[in-house]
Amino acid sequence: MSPMAIHAPVPAATDPAVIRNFCIIAHIDHGKSTLADRMLQSTGVVQPRDMKAQYLDRMDIERERGITIKSQAVRMPWNVDGADYALNMIDTPGHVDFTYEVSRSLAACEGAILLVDAAQGIEAQTLANLYLAMENDLTIIPVLNKIDLPSAEPEKYAAEIAGLIGCDPDDVLRVSGKTGVGVEALLDRVVAEIPAPQGNTDGPARAMIFDSVYDTYRGVVTYVRVVDGRLSPREKITMMSTGATHELLEIGVSSPEPIPSKGLAVGEVGYLITGVKDVRQSKVGDTVTSAAKPATERIGGYEDPKPMVFSGLYPIDGSDYPVLRDALDKLKLNDAALVYEPETSVALGFGFRVGFLGLLHLEIIRERLEREFDLALISTAPNVVYEVTREDGQVITVTNPSEFPEGKINEVREPMASITIIVPSEFIGAVMELCQGKRGQMRGMDYLSEERVEIRYWIPLAEIIFDFFDQLKSRTKGYASLEWKTDGDQVADLVKVDILLQGEQVDAFSSITHKDNAYSYGVMMTGKLKELIPRQQYEVPIQAAIGSRIIARENIRAIRKDVLSKCYGGDISRKRKLLEKQKEGKKRMKMVGRVEVPQEAFIAALSSEGAGSETGAKK
Amino acid sequence: MPSILPEGDPAPDDGRLPAHVARRVREAQSTGAPRTFSLYVHVPFCEVRCGYCDFNTYTAEDLGPGASRSSYAGTVSGELDFAAGVLAASGVPARPLETVFFGGGTPTLLPAADLVGILGRARGVFGLAPGAEVTTEANPDSVTARSLAELAAGGFTRVSFGMQSAVPHVLATLDRTHRPENVPAAVGWARDAGLEVSLDLIYGTPGESLEDWRTTVEAALALRPDHVSAYSLIVEEGTKFGSSVKRGVQADVDPDDQADKYLLAERLLAEAGYRWYEISNWALDPADEGIHRARHNMAYWRDQDWWGAGPGAHSHLAGVRFWNAKHPAAYAQRLATGVSPSVGREEPDAEARFLERVMLGVRLSEGLETSVLDVAPDGGTQARGEIAAMIAEGLLDGRAALAGRIIPTLQGRLLDDAIVRRLAGF
Repeated sequence: MSPMAIHAPVPAATDPAVIRNFCIIAHIDHGKSTLADRMLQSTGVVQPRDMKAQYLDRMDIERERGITIKSQAVRMPWNVDGADYALNMIDTPGHVDFTYEVSRSLAACEGAILLVDAAQGIEAQTLANLYLAMENDLTIIPVLNKIDLPSAEPEKYAAEIAGLIGCDPDDVLRVSGKTGVGVEALLDRVVAEIPAPQGNTDGPARAMIFDSVYDTYRGVVTYVRVVDGRLSPREKITMMSTGATHELLEIGVSSPEPIPSKGLAVGEVGYLITGVKDVRQSKVGDTVTSAAKPATERIGGYEDPKPMVFSGLYPIDGSDYPVLRDALDKLKLNDAALVYEPETSVALGFGFRVGFLGLLHLEIIRERLEREFDLALISTAPNVVYEVTREDGQVITVTNPSEFPEGKINEVREPMASITIIVPSEFIGAVMELCQGKRGQMRGMDYLSEERVEIRYWIPLAEIIFDFFDQLKSRTKGYASLEWKTDGDQVADLVKVDILLQGEQVDAFSSITHKDNAYSYGVMMTGKLKELIPRQQYEVPIQAAIGSRIIARENIRAIRKDVLSKCYGGDISRKRKLLEKQKEGKKRMKMVGRVEVPQEAFIAALSSEGAGSETGAKK
Repeated sequence: MPSILPEGDPAPDDGRLPAHVARRVREAQSTGAPRTFSLYVHVPFCEVRCGYCDFNTYTAEDLGPGASRSSYAGTVSGELDFAAGVLAASGVPARPLETVFFGGGTPTLLPAADLVGILGRARGVFGLAPGAEVTTEANPDSVTARSLAELAAGGFTRVSFGMQSAVPHVLATLDRTHRPENVPAAVGWARDAGLEVSLDLIYGTPGESLEDWRTTVEAALALRPDHVSAYSLIVEEGTKFGSSVKRGVQADVDPDDQADKYLLAERLLAEAGYRWYEISNWALDPADEGIHRARHNMAYWRDQDWWGAGPGAHSHLAGVRFWNAKHPAAYAQRLATGVSPSVGREEPDAEARFLERVMLGVRLSEGLETSVLDVAPDGGTQARGEIAAMIAEGLLDGRAALAGRIIPTLQGRLLDDAIVRRLAGF
């Protein structure tokens, strides 16, 4: 058994041969954070009295949801057979919304711990990240966690993992992050099996950014993996994608609290502080080099983050618009993937069209806005990006149904996704039925074991951003796991359905949908609004229309009686107060044409509609 | 009156009114449009608590010292003495009562002698104006020929019977204990005693058909009362009825059904010579002389002054509203210790007063003077635009508007609250 390191290797003066860079690939809830906590303790970098659960997950939301959004790197000393090593554990986001960030984290490592819940087996998202890791030629150390659970079936799942990565089931380590069993053996395996980093010690400095975090006090903290050369304090550095030059105010390693160092050398992982205030100036995937002696070639694999899902965000209280704008500006500092622009809605007033990596990203942003900035928000039903080609050949990118062009259209292209679903084999039929109903095309099916099967579909992205995951969970008694990635596009028979109140279009309810689903959307939305909008002095028709063609209609009958029949001496104060209350309520009314719609009606119509499908992912 | 007291400021223990109350009363007297003065006496006793009723009333005979049925007349008479003292101390000129109204509860659960005694004290303390209207509410079951004659002899001029419905299953849903056939007898005795008669009706009770309602209105008209009040059933929170509706064991009222019944009532009443003069009130007045209206209630709607005596009763004096402790025992206790029974007070600001004037005025057939709108924050510009729109929509009487009065049409009466909101600019 290994003791703690005696002389921890010093940053900037560590032989790459004693460095081990690794990450942990795990499904949400399979115990990655607990295992990481245990490693911090075992290696002595966190004293037991300082320990708090999920130490590395900084934000409240992360800790509460048990998911890791922002990755971080921790340097831990470890001793094997008398030799001291420096282990860098790079924490990766566990969710598919953050696939790009995962890929950059993987690129910073030579090895990965594949962590699987011994009671649950491998899940689709884990499988996806495992494929990414294997494509990056990482050495995989398979581990079954939670072997202390009574329901653990280590033999069964060891066989499943062995089948997947081509190892012997006996090579699958068994640990318990909770009790600590097997954790030290795991650290030994990391040292023994994961290759040491290699790089050109004397070449121009090149370091890859794998994370970038905004800190209120320090500005942007950039996490890098040095590939070649070295970076030193006070040196001028250049971001190779933009050419922007900054001074290195501080450089160091996290252990796990930041400790300034004399620099970072080949193979090392650490942080940089330059004083910039916006994570966009320090983009994940970018290459940092020395301004004095710059490298010529960037490290490959950089991509600009691309929002896939769009939604309108509006303050419920219109006067909060400036607060929302400032809040988005602040969140943007810490989230390079967040894009937005102002938008105006007849129904909802002033707000923003916001682009997200996925639904989870949407929900996290929304929750942070509500929690950290005390905003009450309404979000419109999320949509994807469409490419619409008009008859004259003009191509229009539609991120908001209101941008869908009128008139003749040659074709509409919609983004597609490849999805992988892992379920017990008894649910194959249910899953296939769901996917076919969502216009999916089957791409393959493999048995992972006798009872578990992996099903692959090519499916319109728009069909899975709504309530797909909820439906999948309910049809499979919660057993299914889902992984998706965007995968090309297709021409589809799509139409825009508008909702009209007394002939006036209500922009917030316009939806781009497949022609076959247009009618059911129209019936559903008109029916819902009929229930939610109070009767007016006039009859109010609610229509769903494709262009000028009405496909569904409901009527709100005119109100016939709006008077309190009794009003005597003792009622006067009360009745006046009732009217005063109505006056207050009136401020929350939105006018659509001459129809008064309580904002609550918009909120109810929109919110019961789907957002929230992927929150189930942690279960 | 509803049993839940409004929120307001605390009232002083001596009940003293702000100095401007006296000033306003005097100013009105000097303009030739004096503020009239009325008295409301609340009697908080009932034999049965009706399921729909949210009034401040109790079925127990004894609610504490000074608050039993037998001691109540003395207690409330004490408040009249106290009131006279407050008014005098506040410099408000003495004015005789134009109207007195005994409401409840069921005032006629008290012996007629008690009611006459309270009236006598009011006469002694404030004085009664010549031709003053003195009304009591009554349950058809709680009067006799003798008690009604005693009331008339004691100065009462009018009785308002809670008939509610002529249909037994509707009465049962409303928890009313009287039998329909008791009403003609009670009305006959009242007439014999020389009292004016009003009948209160309720429409829109769940289970009541349009024909049931027609039966009720026709039964009332057959008795040829001087006055009819017809109220749509309101489901109030906190009542037995309200919670049954909430739990789903009792059907809710249907506003469309109530609208149909209102229109039917208007038609039947008009055909029989009754004229509406307030949303829910009709007077037998075939020649349109303005006779038989409830003058006491008109005082409320015309924003006049009144003292409300009894637990939970509300008073209004020249823009100051105040109300008494709700529970009869607490009320009696305050009086017994020489403390004002009034526990809350409010003085609505100009905007709120404007809203009150609009809300009360457009309930009436005499309507609201358009000049009232001049005091609106924008000088009435928006309201005048709304008036034009509402004439076009058939909610307001166009000819009356040209003559300077805002009067709702029949359709407007059913949407009266919408008219108020639009005139008040929201």
